Parts: sequence; C-alpha cells; structure tokens
Amino acid sequence: MYGKGLRGLSVATIVAVVGAFALVAFYAPMDADQGFRQKIFYLHVPMAIVALLGFIFGGLLAIQHLRTRDPKWDLRSYVAIHISLILAVGVLITGAIWAKTSWGVWWVWDEATLVSFLIVFLLYATYTPMRFAIEDRERQARYASVFAITAGAFVPICFGAVRAQQTPIHPHTFGSGDLPGPMWLTFLVSLGAMALLYYTLYRFEIATKLARGRLSSLRRQLLDDDAPVLRRSAAPTL
Amino acid sequence: MRVLSALLRKELRLELRTLESVPGMALFSVTTFVVFHFGLAQAQVEGDLAAGILVVTLLFAGMLGLNRLYVADEEQGGFDGFLLAPVDRTWLFIAKALALFTYLVVLEIVMVPAFVLLLLGPTLSLGELGPLVGILALADAGFAIIAALIGAIAVRTRARDLIGPLIALPLLVPVVIATARGLEPLLSEGAHGGVPGKWLAILALYDLVFGLLAVAVFDPLLED
Repeated sequence: MYGKGLRGLSVATIVAVVGAFALVAFYAPMDADQGFRQKIFYLHVPMAIVALLGFIFGGLLAIQHLRTRDPKWDLRSYVAIHISLILAVGVLITGAIWAKTSWGVWWVWDEATLVSFLIVFLLYATYTPMRFAIEDRERQARYASVFAITAGAFVPICFGAVRAQQTPIHPHTFGSGDLPGPMWLTFLVSLGAMALLYYTLYRFEIATKLARGRLSSLRRQLLDDDAPVLRRSAAPTL
Repeated sequence: MRVLSALLRKELRLELRTLESVPGMALFSVTTFVVFHFGLAQAQVEGDLAAGILVVTLLFAGMLGLNRLYVADEEQGGFDGFLLAPVDRTWLFIAKALALFTYLVVLEIVMVPAFVLLLLGPTLSLGELGPLVGILALADAGFAIIAALIGAIAVRTRARDLIGPLIALPLLVPVVIATARGLEPLLSEGAHGGVPGKWLAILALYDLVFGLLAVAVFDPLLED
C-alpha cells in the first residue's frame, strides 16, 4: 500500500545506473591528461549536484510544511535531507580520492567547490542532532523546517562567498566548452541515473517511515494501549 | 516601533542590571588574545594572521552572547509574557538582534584596543579607523542576525550550549571569510589601498539576505 510503483522505479534505477556505468567504462573516451582516474568524475560530480539540489529540495519541502503544517511535508523534508547527507559523505570520499590521484593530496584548501561543499556538509550534519535534541514532536518539526529553509538558502551563498576569496584551480569542466560530445553524453546519463537513484531512495525511505508509523498505530489500537511512545527519535512520525 | 523600543529597552536594562553577557564576552576575548600569544608563540602579529585572530576571537566571544541571548526568556517566562501581548512576533527577533548587535559593539570597544595593545605589530592610523569600524559593524550585524535566529532554535533544545554554536558556526563562515579578508590590508605593515569594496559588498549582501530570511522564518519558532 505504501510501496506503490516502487518495483518499477527500482528496476528503472538499476537499469539507469548500470547503463551509466557501462557508458563510463566502455563508451566515454579516456582523458588525455588524467587517463582512467578521470572516470571518477562521472560519479563524483553527479553525486555532488544531486546532493546539493536535494538539500535545496528539502528546504522547499520545509516551506510547504510551515505553510500547511501537515506533518507529511516535514517527513518529506527530513527524508530529502537525510538522503542528501548520505550522498554528501560519498561526495567527500570520492572527491578526496580524486584529489589524491590527480593532485597528489587528499585535501586542498584553495579549491572553492570542495571547501564550500565541506561547509555545507558540516551545517547539515547538525540537522539530525538538532532534531534529536527536541522532544516535543510538533515543535521538532517546526524547528527542523526553519533550519531546513535557512540552510537551503545558505547553500548558494556559501558557494559564492568561498569562490570570491580564491582563484580556482579546479578542473573547470563546464563553461570552458572543451568537454567532447561522448563525455558530455556520459556525464548527462550519469547525472540522470544519480537523480533517479536519489528519487528511488527517497521514495523507499518515505514508504518505510509511513508503514512503520501505521504499524505502530495499529499495534497500539490492538493492544488498547494509549500510552505515548516514549522512544526519542530524530525521525518524524505521523 | 513602540514595541521594538520597549523590547530593546527591556533587553538592555536586563543586561545592565545582571551584567550577564558583555563583561564575560570582553574578558573572554582578552583571555583569548593571551591564549593566541602563547599558542602561536608570537609577540606581534600582522596582516592575515592578525585579521584571523581578531575575527576568530570575535566569533567565539559572540558565541557566549548567542548562548545567553534567550536563556532568561526560556527559564523565567519571558516567552510566555511576550506571546500574551498582542504584538507581532517578529519584533522580538529584531529586538534580540539589535540587543546582540549592541553587545558586540560594546565588546569591540574593549576588544579592539586590547588587541592593538597586546598583539598587533603595525600601528593603526586614524584614517584606517573608519574602514575598520565599517567592516566590524557589518560583521556584527551578520552575526547578530544569525545568532538571534539560531539562538531561538537552540534555547528550546536539550544541550542548547552545544547545538547553538554547532549550527551557527558553518552559517557564519561567509562572514568570517569576508571580515578576515577585508581587515587584512588594514592590519598590514606599510601602505595599502584601503579595504576592497568586494568584501563590504559581500557582508552587506549576506546581512540583507539573512536579515530578510530570518524575519520570514522566525514566527514559527514561537508558537507554543
């Protein structure tokens, strides 16, 4: 009942991800300069783009929550930020690997995109502890939404401010116009696959949360137990 | 406007009578300079290092203010009293931000001379005072806006002293960048071309965006 359409979506996601990896491995040409190491680009960059858009998406859902005060929107906002956080960890790890292979160091401070991403990640890493520290469910949802909106607006500002202070050395793949056609195509397919993966995970987590909420409310009805749930949690319940 | 002046007077009177925040912040900042002196093993600093020390000290001293900002309202019924009054809730945010801005200005009146005396190598000329005050004022405004918003979130959580700085620090990184880079030429040895307008513009833009945003999202924090 909660997982409607999830099977089709999962199959589509698997096909897209496998297809994207196949394109990366066999179709996209080797980078003349970086060789095989450059292939991580097709994982790292789409993941970063999807994670950042996911953070902003969470902020938009939070606006909807504050307008309607429907806990469903809070759940959606929470799940959107949660999945983005997981992807963000992946972005930092793949970014560090890429930096090590192409620049010889795990971390570079004079790289605006990397540094901004870390700051945004550190900000969102406080989202769960903050929810966890508020016991009242309704207040937790409201405060989390205020946080999500503020942080969502912070994302572009942070990128602008960090970029303003340094002269970038990042391989600026976009804008210079030198990315050949097959690479572009592979990149776009990878981006699409990553977005689809994000959406599938998002739907799965929402379905699980809804099912779990329904289960516990049924259990309480059956056991005729109207004691409130005492377990503290950062995840919203409906 | 009458609401705002009443709220602001209440804040400032409370601070004057209890002396809870500002003296502690000022003392903390001077102690931090001493800590920096020993930590860096330098008698005098200049340029980017001096700017960094000044900004970081201001930031951490300000965190003390953030943590104290709403405690009296939460613990002694100030929120309840305010909610009973038929006034717009946004005024509370503006009053808190203005109060914290005032604290920070008072703090800097102590802190900047102490910094010049204890650590700064190059002498500050009178002509540099204007840009210095301008940058610090814009930085204070940004800090006060973020702190008044995040403080209201943090005060209602368990572990409030932890949650507040944890959220506020990443949010304030752009302010730190712009303030440190902007102050750098003022604290450097020799001639310089004044403060680059870029940093003033970034600070002003940050203040504007987050000021409007905070006003827009503050109301839901005070609903119960």
